Amino acid sequence: MAAGHAHPLYRAGDSVVHRLPAHVKIVVAFVFVLAVVATPREAFAVFGLQFLLLVGVWVAARIPPGWLATRALIEAPFVVLAVLLPFFATGPRVEWWGMSLSVDGLLAGWNILIKGTLGVLVSVTLAATTPLRDLVSGLSRLRVPSMVCVIATLMLRYLEVIAAEARRMRLARVSRGHDPRFAWQLGATVRSVGALFLRSYERGERVHLAMLSRGYTGAMPAFTTASASTATWSVALVPAVAAALLAVSGYWVW
Amino acid sequence: MTASLEVSGLAFAYPDGHQALFGVDLRIERGERVALLGPNGAGKTTLVLHLNGVHRAGAGTVRVGGLEVTREHVQEIRRRVGIVFQDPDDQLFMPTVADDVAFGPANFGVTEPELSLRVKEALDAVGVAELADRSPMHLSGGQRRRAALATVLACDPEILVLDEPSTHLDPVARRELADVLLGLDRTMLMVTHDLPYALQLCPRSVVIDGGVVVADAATRDLLADADFLAAHRLELPFGFALD
Repeated sequence: MAAGHAHPLYRAGDSVVHRLPAHVKIVVAFVFVLAVVATPREAFAVFGLQFLLLVGVWVAARIPPGWLATRALIEAPFVVLAVLLPFFATGPRVEWWGMSLSVDGLLAGWNILIKGTLGVLVSVTLAATTPLRDLVSGLSRLRVPSMVCVIATLMLRYLEVIAAEARRMRLARVSRGHDPRFAWQLGATVRSVGALFLRSYERGERVHLAMLSRGYTGAMPAFTTASASTATWSVALVPAVAAALLAVSGYWVW
Repeated sequence: MTASLEVSGLAFAYPDGHQALFGVDLRIERGERVALLGPNGAGKTTLVLHLNGVHRAGAGTVRVGGLEVTREHVQEIRRRVGIVFQDPDDQLFMPTVADDVAFGPANFGVTEPELSLRVKEALDAVGVAELADRSPMHLSGGQRRRAALATVLACDPEILVLDEPSTHLDPVARRELADVLLGLDRTMLMVTHDLPYALQLCPRSVVIDGGVVVADAATRDLLADADFLAAHRLELPFGFALD
């Protein structure tokens, strides 16, 4: 599929993973994340093995680790909490490099950090191998209510249009000497957010009108999406099932 | 033969009481290209939205290919009347051009394999076949306009209605669009302020002002009548003159 212009998380390719139908990948990613979340936090080795499963998927999808790492940085703000927990949690404490850390806090922080990281990596992997439109059609194939899919489709499309509009409005303000570095100049920015909302609302009405004019009756037409054979499912589910088995083993072995 | 479009005695007032149309009569034969001219606020857009049943006539009737615009027929009417809106960003809402072109015919019950064929034909007709898998966001103004035209052509309409097709187009894109439109061989109603464009594309023009048709004549004759144009807030751009 030609995807010359896609979202920044998508990495065009023709690998096995790219070619999988989107709904299969969504299910696999979902099960994988559930397995990660269900893994007991003390089962350190299980997380390592789950990570190796992901590495396997990246190799199959030919995604370089650096590319993934930069996009996984979105997690950073959430990590702050995980880092703070060992300092502020209560319970038994351990000395480490002269700092007194809570054992419970350390585990809780680790729990957030590792599950969050694996979860983000799974999501980034899904996004890297699946164009947005396929994600939406995959969701609709998984019987997500069609209204939700329509909203997702429209949001994906108009986010860029609205962002471009916001840029033009900012440029027009700046061109007239607006320099929103000072608090008292915020007013104009706030008002233009209001104007942008109204414009977007009006655009929404026009888009709806244009959709009605082409026969839209409230339900999106069902575009046929590729179905997946049992064989495809069974191969694709391998990492997800393996992750789930590892999670279960975490309760017994570790 | 039945006319493509037959509007008779059409009157309409908005819910706030503002009356926009006071008895409009208009007949367009199959294959005609007609320009709909008039100053801002004359009622052009209101008239256009009656053609596919977005507005319902307060009085009078609209028929498209012999079929009256009523609540029961609204879906078939919308297939027959293909409106290309002024801002292609309002029209192109799907992630790719091909999806957007498929949207209309799919709504009207066209299924695969005919659907793909329709999409291909429509994109070919406007010369943007290579853009099928692109996002509308990344097209030039002219490409976007032609893609918007394709979304309507794919529905195989009885009459094409174009709202200000030449706005925001550079001169080359404007001319290329004209070439595409002239090559389509379809019944067309073109709402425009671009009088030279009307002259180039439409042998016949209808002028609306104050909610009524004030003139219906050959475009060339209309545009040559400077007094008439001035009376209805119309004028040829600087440097243009017809005699």
